[in-house]
Amino acid sequence: MTESLLRVEGLFASYGQLQAIRGVSFDVEAGQALAVIGENGAGKTTLFHSLSGLHGTTTGDVVFDGEHIRGVPAHELVRRGIALVPEGRRIFPSLTVDENLRVAEDQHRRRPHRARRWTRARVYELFPDLVAAARRGGHQISGGQQQMLAIGRALLSEPRLLLLDEVSLGLSPAVVKLLYQALAAIRAEGMTLVFVEQSVPQSLAFSDHLICLHKGTVRLAGTSRSQSLDDVRRAYFG
Amino acid sequence: MQLLEILINGLLVGGLYGIIGLGLSINFGTMRVVYLVHGDLIVLGAYFLVTILVPAGIPPLGAAAIVVPVLFAIGWALQRFLVGPSLGRGVLPPLIVTFGISTVLQNALLLGATADARTLQSSLASAGISLGGLTVSLVRLLDFAVGLACLGLLFLLLGRTALGRALRATSDDSETARLMAIDPRRMYAAAAGIAAAIGGVAGVLFALTFTFYPSTGPEMLLVAFEVVVVGGLGSLTGTFLGGIVLAMAQLLGAHFFGPSYALVTGHLVVFGILLVRPQGLLPRTAP
Repeated sequence: MTESLLRVEGLFASYGQLQAIRGVSFDVEAGQALAVIGENGAGKTTLFHSLSGLHGTTTGDVVFDGEHIRGVPAHELVRRGIALVPEGRRIFPSLTVDENLRVAEDQHRRRPHRARRWTRARVYELFPDLVAAARRGGHQISGGQQQMLAIGRALLSEPRLLLLDEVSLGLSPAVVKLLYQALAAIRAEGMTLVFVEQSVPQSLAFSDHLICLHKGTVRLAGTSRSQSLDDVRRAYFG
Repeated sequence: MQLLEILINGLLVGGLYGIIGLGLSINFGTMRVVYLVHGDLIVLGAYFLVTILVPAGIPPLGAAAIVVPVLFAIGWALQRFLVGPSLGRGVLPPLIVTFGISTVLQNALLLGATADARTLQSSLASAGISLGGLTVSLVRLLDFAVGLACLGLLFLLLGRTALGRALRATSDDSETARLMAIDPRRMYAAAAGIAAAIGGVAGVLFALTFTFYPSTGPEMLLVAFEVVVVGGLGSLTGTFLGGIVLAMAQLLGAHFFGPSYALVTGHLVVFGILLVRPQGLLPRTAP
């Protein structure tokens, strides 16, 4: 039996005063991709914020690589190997594209004990669109380039688990195709992915497993291959 | 000719005003906190120099090399242990905490160094150089040169170093900075340390240039505040430019209306600029 890289058990989390996550449980094995789907307000972003340490007020258990990590702050979880590509990309506007990448690389350089698999050069190789934009301000590039930058920035922290919140939101089909090609390449190297995607067909096509959240609870869970589009849509809309 | 001399003096004193404002600008730019203790830290640096280091026989330049790291440590510690815990709970708590530290510092200086006026006695204070019929004070030239050097060093630090990038990232979005493995509390402490260290430089120059008392801190804070607001919140170049504008306004006011009108002319010019450009002369360009 394969060991889970991430195990979430009975997780409760709040978004402000609202109980957004209510007893969510799931497992993700190393090297696999889990899609998290659900309508707006289902609790997807709150779940990701809890897993990445941005939300401290949770109950339940989160185990990453055998360690209990609930309550560990975000900057410490990144060092342990969990990176989040946040919804809205959250690019640092006063930094150039290259500086946005460097700021992540700088922090990893201070931890010489871990081997470096990702460098800025590799990120530029993965996303050639960023090369010409390297000296432009983070707020001066297109939404697609921002998503590439956000993914590249997360990779430079050398994660073992990559969380992606809303991969394709607001992006053109051509850009979405490029992004998923890049994610496929990352996945082929053994990266574990947990991602939020609005498009149900895209979620089913790219993931090994899928959970559908509805009002903070898991409405549907299973392997992506075993789910029909209709079953997922029924769960999605409640 | 006299007017030209005033303008040159305004430019040079503006360098000192610029340094006084830089620390406040760094703290505000990084943490969005108005550090009400900033003026008192500058005065603390001046007292440390005049009442402890120089009487101990340390030459002023060597003493300055001690003031700056000591002030860095004080600023770092204040942020880490007193101001830091008050962040994230609204605008008021850090204001109250920095106001409290300011009050304690002023009274501690009053207790330890009395209310007597102080200044750094130095041959530099009375030295001047002639430039085509104009006499320029060497101290004021030093004020401007050091101010410019501080600005340049800050640009190098923020633009070319890992610490600088991390500080700017934290200033942009502290939550996302955490996702880059940056601990904002450490960045805030570093920013407060750097701001206090620059305050130390300002303190040394102030001691060379002017007379000061334990209660001079709030006056410095007012200068710093006006300089930062006129220049544009969070903009270092703007802060330096704001210093020059304020100093020129004060000196021109003193020239045309009499010395007692220097401060009020400065305030009126600040008021006028805010009416025309509420965002300041050189606001930060990024959203």
